[in-house]
Amino acid sequence: MTVLPYLVAAWLLVIGLWGVVTSRHLVHMILSLSVAQASTYVLLLGVGYRTGGNAPIITTTVTPGAQFVDPVVQALTLTDVVVEATVAAVLLALTVQAHKRFGTVDPDELGEIRG
Amino acid sequence: MRLRPRLVIGTLVLCALGGLLVWAAADLTPFGTPSGDANAVTRALVHERHVANTVNGVTYDLRGLDTLGEELILFVAALGSAVLLRHGRGEAVEARSAEQEPGPRMGDTVRVAGTVLVGPLIVLGVYEVAHGHLGPGGGFQGGVILASGLLLVYAAGQVLALERVEPMALVEAAEATGALAYALVAVGGLVFSGAALFNFLPYGTTGQLLSSGTIVVLSVAVGVEVTGAVALILTELLDQTLLRGAA
Repeated sequence: MTVLPYLVAAWLLVIGLWGVVTSRHLVHMILSLSVAQASTYVLLLGVGYRTGGNAPIITTTVTPGAQFVDPVVQALTLTDVVVEATVAAVLLALTVQAHKRFGTVDPDELGEIRG
Repeated sequence: MRLRPRLVIGTLVLCALGGLLVWAAADLTPFGTPSGDANAVTRALVHERHVANTVNGVTYDLRGLDTLGEELILFVAALGSAVLLRHGRGEAVEARSAEQEPGPRMGDTVRVAGTVLVGPLIVLGVYEVAHGHLGPGGGFQGGVILASGLLLVYAAGQVLALERVEPMALVEAAEATGALAYALVAVGGLVFSGAALFNFLPYGTTGQLLSSGTIVVLSVAVGVEVTGAVALILTELLDQTLLRGAA
């Protein structure tokens, strides 16, 4: 199937957002968000993949006519991973604070406290 | 919003989103045959910058300015989570020191494995940071490996030793030094070549440790910064675990 990786990316995004919508625990919500963000890794790497291509790392053994997968989308994926990790760190810290101040990590109960 | 209407709306919206995504995927270039000329980027980077790992060539040269922003995001996020988690720690620490309770103890297997692995892990991390322009790895990856050495020290049950060493000052200094070094290289490009982050150092020979100009320098700077940032985040989250264990 020539579109399977794209469908996997779409599935990860949809199922991650479904986890966010139905979440009853803030840590579960953060992990669901991570799953949704993982869809972008699959999509980026899938867009840049070339069948039979080499890793874009030049060693002396690579023949002159060799094909390479796209290094640009791999670098974008690296940026993506770093941003995802920082977002998760800040959100987890906020969860700890929410638990300290309100004594609950259920998003619904937190909403009732605010309202 | 209550759970039931949220589920109904969520189902409808996500079904619509999924349908749109599948429709869009059908029109994408078939998997395995990208439309862009990736070979040109790869060959140009190797030819013009003498960097073997062209992924890091893109990260630290072509997209160097984006990586500067990315690194500052990490810097601010680590500081932000530290500020969030330090709030109200004072009274908890007092309560804990009054009780003099040690941190949670790990099993013997975990402690032995942790102690044995700390050294090799740090060597691997330093190797990754220093060889980012030659092979898979680089500043971000190596930095995370180095910071996870701290986690191993915790797993090895050396929490008390960690508290005596007080790594926080060192960790924060490493984070700031890495970010500053990256910014200085950016200014250096401006001064020597008239463009921020321009690769102004000699490029050397492809495959040598000292090659690819500023790419290897930026990789090491990012490695130091990521080590500090991830270690800071881990330490703050570990402190929470310790406090909860003592409470």
